Amino acid sequence: MLEFFNIKRDIPFMSYARVTTLISLVTFILAVAALGFKGLNLGVDFTGGTVMEITYPHPAEVPKIRDTLTKIGLHDAAVQTFGTSHDILIRLPVKPEISSAKLSEQVFQALSAADASAKLQRVEFVGPQVGKELYENGALAMLVVSFGIMAYLAMRFEWRFAVAAIIANMHDIVIILGCFAFFQWEFSLTVLAGVLAILGYSVNESVVVFDRIRENFRKMRKASVPEVIDNAITRTMSRTIITHSMTQLMVLAMLFLGGEALHYFALALTIGIVFGIYSSVLVASPIVLWLGVSREQFIKPEKKEGEEAEVLP
Amino acid sequence: MNRYPLWKNILVVVTLLLGLIYTLPNFFGEMPAVQISSARATVKVDASTLQKVEEVLSQNKISSSGTTLDSSSIKVRFADTDTQLKAKDLLQNSLGNSYVVALNLISSSPTWLSRLGALPMYLGLDLRGGVHFLLEVDMKAALVKTMERYTGDIRTALREKKIAYAGITRQPDQTIVVKFRDAETRGQAVNELLKTMQDLVLKETEESGEFKIIASMNPMAQKRTQEFALQQNITTLRNRVNELGVAEPIIQQQGVDRIVVQLPGVQDTAKAKEILGRTATLEIRMVDEEHDINAALQGQIPFGTELYTERKGMPLLVKKQVILTGEYISDSAPGFDQRTSEPVVHISLDGRGARIFRDATRENVGKRMAILLIEKGQAEVITAPVIREEIGGGRVQISGSMTTQEANDVSLLLRAGALAAPMEIIEERTVGPSMGAENIAKGFNSNIYGFIAIVLFMVMYYRFFGLISTIALSANVLFLVALLSLLQATLTLPGMAAIALTVGMAIDSNVLINERIREELRNGTSPQAAIFAGYERAFDTILDSNITTFIAGVALFWLGSGPVRGFAVVLCLGILTSIFSAVVVSRSLVNLTYGNKARLENVSI
Repeated sequence: MLEFFNIKRDIPFMSYARVTTLISLVTFILAVAALGFKGLNLGVDFTGGTVMEITYPHPAEVPKIRDTLTKIGLHDAAVQTFGTSHDILIRLPVKPEISSAKLSEQVFQALSAADASAKLQRVEFVGPQVGKELYENGALAMLVVSFGIMAYLAMRFEWRFAVAAIIANMHDIVIILGCFAFFQWEFSLTVLAGVLAILGYSVNESVVVFDRIRENFRKMRKASVPEVIDNAITRTMSRTIITHSMTQLMVLAMLFLGGEALHYFALALTIGIVFGIYSSVLVASPIVLWLGVSREQFIKPEKKEGEEAEVLP
Repeated sequence: MNRYPLWKNILVVVTLLLGLIYTLPNFFGEMPAVQISSARATVKVDASTLQKVEEVLSQNKISSSGTTLDSSSIKVRFADTDTQLKAKDLLQNSLGNSYVVALNLISSSPTWLSRLGALPMYLGLDLRGGVHFLLEVDMKAALVKTMERYTGDIRTALREKKIAYAGITRQPDQTIVVKFRDAETRGQAVNELLKTMQDLVLKETEESGEFKIIASMNPMAQKRTQEFALQQNITTLRNRVNELGVAEPIIQQQGVDRIVVQLPGVQDTAKAKEILGRTATLEIRMVDEEHDINAALQGQIPFGTELYTERKGMPLLVKKQVILTGEYISDSAPGFDQRTSEPVVHISLDGRGARIFRDATRENVGKRMAILLIEKGQAEVITAPVIREEIGGGRVQISGSMTTQEANDVSLLLRAGALAAPMEIIEERTVGPSMGAENIAKGFNSNIYGFIAIVLFMVMYYRFFGLISTIALSANVLFLVALLSLLQATLTLPGMAAIALTVGMAIDSNVLINERIREELRNGTSPQAAIFAGYERAFDTILDSNITTFIAGVALFWLGSGPVRGFAVVLCLGILTSIFSAVVVSRSLVNLTYGNKARLENVSI
């Protein structure tokens, strides 16, 4: 049998709780600082504006393209190569005086006049009003997901678990956002989708551990609460690492093969997965402990189920 | 204990078969086709059209690979794109303007599959290329226009009843103020207006000796006006898109004042934008000949009129009151005047328009009427002819120093209908076709390589149970693709990412089960019992952990837009299929392998 994690004795995670919480706190504060000082580099989806992707059969000459744009009065256009040297990306801020639809047309006309081989690959224009709405809806989605998950966990387990899981999760989300702010990676609608998926996914981790804690409370009658939690984490650790590695394999495939469009999405997922493991084990569980979880909260109302568990072979 | 009842095994086999059938069309690829649909409500595409199409093709010796007629269109398949292009031009010429002949790609899967409703997945614009526009209708302008009409109506009504008023003006706050000399006339006016104009709310006020009525539209009428404006604009857009010849356009209302237009596969986006963005409408108004044009030129423009310059350079005063708008135009075509052979535009008015036009011409014989083309907020007097006689029958000819090209453009614009209110593009996403193909390849590659990596690991680590997990995972992808094809949900690049992600997450259920079985074995449980307990105990956890992700998916679907919605759909469906495949499908395989062995010594895990 191939086994990576055959741990005979429970690892006393709870006795390291102070250290791990300190580490979390420091990363969390760093992430918040990055968000506060640098802010997210919001993509055109949220800020409004125009993005154009143009491809040339030969390596693109960025300075020449910049000149062409300056000539038609677009001094604030950002031009950069994108993916390969043949592809360029042009970003234009919202211009109230020119109709948006006209703007991209003007740009492309000017570029094809300068070099007929230019080919328009993609145009994205988002009006400031739409951008604002997308931003608000994104924030709203984040709230809805958090409360939805909390309500579900409170119903299925106990409010202490719900609070712990959501704190652990928010910790992950803030760290993802912090990384995006620190490195000034572009935060687009797709990345937001990734972040929300992580919000749902990373809770899985806490759920698996909590499930075990609940089960252990019924089985390990004599053990103390920290022992119960330690056992739950140790027993699920193998699953945790394997599952996350599997998901990460898929995400890595997207990171390297999915092209520019999926790159930052995959990056957000990667950070989320790595911190998800850490936080559900080493952030959520200590919080549950400190919130005063106890055996009585589970045994009394669900006695019948507990007995059944004992009968099972 | 590890035996499934027969019905459960049958369920697994049946679902797998269904999954296979509905996934199949995705493997056949697409072939070039020409799609013929009706451009007008009055023209139907039916068996006789099909016959005509086949005749045209056989006359010109173009061989098709099959024709199909469905509820709204005829699709003719061709072996290659050259024949497709040739056939398209030919058909458009012989069928005329009443039909939209568009290039399309249709699935080349066998007909028995299509008959079962098995179609390939519906690809979003980011995967097949095309344009997406979100347009916002200027509702304020729609209200202004309606109030403008009411101003004219009130004036006419009061004149007809010989009720003397001192002035009538439209205020910027969407109200109309009518002034009277005394309270008695005002009373008469109120009675008269209440009879004919139920949509107006009339308020009587007095101010420094002036008796006024302040008329405004009631909220119901305002709402109706806005709904009408939106519907009118959607109809107009549909007509314009028909001119473009797009195979499967989507034109839909979004919210109260927005319209989504999606044109898959459009290559010439600039042209599409130009045609959609045109806001031309025609207005017929009377020329004001009572006032002095020279005074107007010096800045004293009389009340209720506007100063324009005719194409020939002559200034003229035009009354603000609109007699007829482009809404009443049923058709228009370019042509030449029979006497002068000057390019002209022939217009046919609908029944109501014809009546209004007849009345207006009868009452104004000898006066001049102005025909204005209003495009992008700029009004231009095309021509201002003298009315020689009453014009009945609703056939109007517009001439006025136009070139042939201009006549063509004007007639196209008029035929495409008028917008009830101006619109603005507030979001645009254009993806070139080659980029769409690239995106498909990228999404596909990430899926396939990620999948292979997972399979390798699972089989190495869990051996036989890893193999079972792999089969369950493949079943999951099969179900997911089948569901997406069956529901014709739009697949976007983020949607493909979601397939990859659900596969990566679906394996969690298998890992949970496998780990649980190992643990039970380690605790000394017999193999059969370990398998049983592994599946039973892992189930609760699987359910809990999937529901949380499901919540995230639902929120994303609810609040997301466009590509993100595609992501959410796949995520939610993927969770459902993964629970079924990881729990039921894999269990049935395990049961078939181990369930019958009474004395199971060893399991390969």
